[in-house]
Amino acid sequence: MATTEASVIGGLKVKDEGQVRINKGMLHGLWALTNRELKKWYKVPVLLFLSIIQPVIWLGLFGKAMNFGALFTSTSFNIPGLNIPKATLDQLATQAMLSTFGTTDYFSFLAVGMLSFIILFTAMFSGMSIVWDRRFGFLDKLLSTPVARGSIVMGKVFSSVIRSLAQAAIVLVVAVVLGMDTGKITVVGLAGTFLALFLMAMGLSALFLMLALRSTDWQSQMAIMNLLNLPLLFASNALFPSKLMPGWLQVVAKLNPVSYATDAGRQLLLGVPGFAPLGFDFLYLTAFAVLFSGVGIFLSWRYLSR
Amino acid sequence: MLKMEEAAGNGNYESRNVIIEVKGLTKIFENKLKAVDSVTFSVYEGEIFSFLGPNGAGKSTTIKMLTTLLRPSEGDAVVCGFDLRKQPQEVRWSVGVVPQEYTADEDMTGLENIMLFANLYGIPGDVARKRADELLTLVELNEAAGRKVSTYSGGMRRRLELACGLVNHPKVLFLDEPTLGLDVQTRTAVWRYIRILKEQYGMTLFLTTHYLEEADGLCERVGIIDHGRIVRLGTTGELKSSVGGDAIELGIREKDVDLTSFIMKVDSVTSVVRENDHYRIKAPLGEEAAPAIMDAVRSAGYHVDRISLTKPTLDEVYLEYTGHKLRDEEANSQQVMAQQRTVRRARA
Repeated sequence: MATTEASVIGGLKVKDEGQVRINKGMLHGLWALTNRELKKWYKVPVLLFLSIIQPVIWLGLFGKAMNFGALFTSTSFNIPGLNIPKATLDQLATQAMLSTFGTTDYFSFLAVGMLSFIILFTAMFSGMSIVWDRRFGFLDKLLSTPVARGSIVMGKVFSSVIRSLAQAAIVLVVAVVLGMDTGKITVVGLAGTFLALFLMAMGLSALFLMLALRSTDWQSQMAIMNLLNLPLLFASNALFPSKLMPGWLQVVAKLNPVSYATDAGRQLLLGVPGFAPLGFDFLYLTAFAVLFSGVGIFLSWRYLSR
Repeated sequence: MLKMEEAAGNGNYESRNVIIEVKGLTKIFENKLKAVDSVTFSVYEGEIFSFLGPNGAGKSTTIKMLTTLLRPSEGDAVVCGFDLRKQPQEVRWSVGVVPQEYTADEDMTGLENIMLFANLYGIPGDVARKRADELLTLVELNEAAGRKVSTYSGGMRRRLELACGLVNHPKVLFLDEPTLGLDVQTRTAVWRYIRILKEQYGMTLFLTTHYLEEADGLCERVGIIDHGRIVRLGTTGELKSSVGGDAIELGIREKDVDLTSFIMKVDSVTSVVRENDHYRIKAPLGEEAAPAIMDAVRSAGYHVDRISLTKPTLDEVYLEYTGHKLRDEEANSQQVMAQQRTVRRARA
């Protein structure tokens, strides 16, 4: 909507300003708010470095240490009395690995899980920034402007999504350097994987933001984060396939969006059989992202101001 | 804009446009605390209006309601022609806010902060850039514009807040305790900017303060607010004369005569009290009453030893209407913390 100077500008009369086209659209300010958060991150390389160091340690230490593939191949055990040939044992091991992880390479299996891990751990911090904004009065200042309340929340969601995707890309590169199997990676597969990660990041960021909407104290926010992040990680197929979990845990894993993003990534990058059809993975993730973003925007109108 | 039909007791304000009209505005918090208790008042276009009162009197809560940050529990208000309840978004487009706390993003530069808020008000980039330069000049922050806000002094931060609040060229600018914790120099500068905004740009300013000299020296009309209620509202002159006007102390050489009723007959004298060796006389306009009293006393053959004239201060007005001196009342802990943080940072 174009507005004349006279109707918008009450006080200051600026020379040569002429008619100012004020952008009164619903989305005005959204990118500025997103960029505000991003700046704090890309302008401080130390922060970027620290935020990827954790998954790299997980990949390098945990991933390399949990060398399931070597369970049989690197040992010289045998069943007493039966002299099973080494080749047979190796084949058994390969079959066991394939049926468990869908690949003989646990490191590659875990690497895809780490992509979800980094998304989860970045998204989890999205709520913190709104707690700080509230404490320092910045949120009140935002709320006194005509920016859409939903944009305040979505600006944080998008910045968190962009950050987490960038970090996931770095983790992927590190994984490849450390020996991830790249044989089946295609451009389409990569794009699909990042789409799945995008959807999960959006849903998770919106979820954690929603939990922080009314919070004024960061300790309780930290507690909520810790309460949610490890269960979300462990009760998923990110570290271990859910099909070998006890039944009740499988149910949780089946509901956990982290499982679906990881599953899509494994199917697309490693070509392993998934625990759900690829289409369903995306359907589930889309529903998750849309639902939580929608609820987040709705609650922002309701709860940001008191 | 609404025309004020009748402006009872508002001097020559009848002809001015009402820009904020508040009726019975009340805020009751979840803990049942009645922070603002049915306040009714009007603010006229182009004036500097202030709420004077101690911490916890309801000043900030009123501003937060008028700037749509808090929902009123009861009552209505029209701000810049828009209904606060029905058109909050329109209100936001037309007002500016300078909050009590330092809210600028410390990780960004001063310029980036202004540009961010310009964007939030939908102002296109090229215009925003021009306005930012202009505002930075107004608040004398041109040189520091490219520095991170975390390096700013308290005074600089307050000035930046002011610039951010002006970026949309608001019709009304709300300032919550604009000089809280500032040193004398910066306080004077902030007052100067406020006067420029009023005089050169005709902006309406609504500020809260608990500094008497601020209300007295800067504002045209003052509402004294205490325990959530407006106890008295008027121009600073009206408020002062409402406590009986100027005080004249008169000493007469003839100590054994009581001249109380004699002085009372002098024009415009409203009260005379004999205290020890002098008379305490009240009159709306002391500089007119004092010579008349001297003439009358002399022509009756008495001798004036001494005479002094004191103008009432808002201090006395405040004491008169609230029954206590302006003091720091216990506010809720969060408010106190926020305020202390502001003061601490102002002095950093």
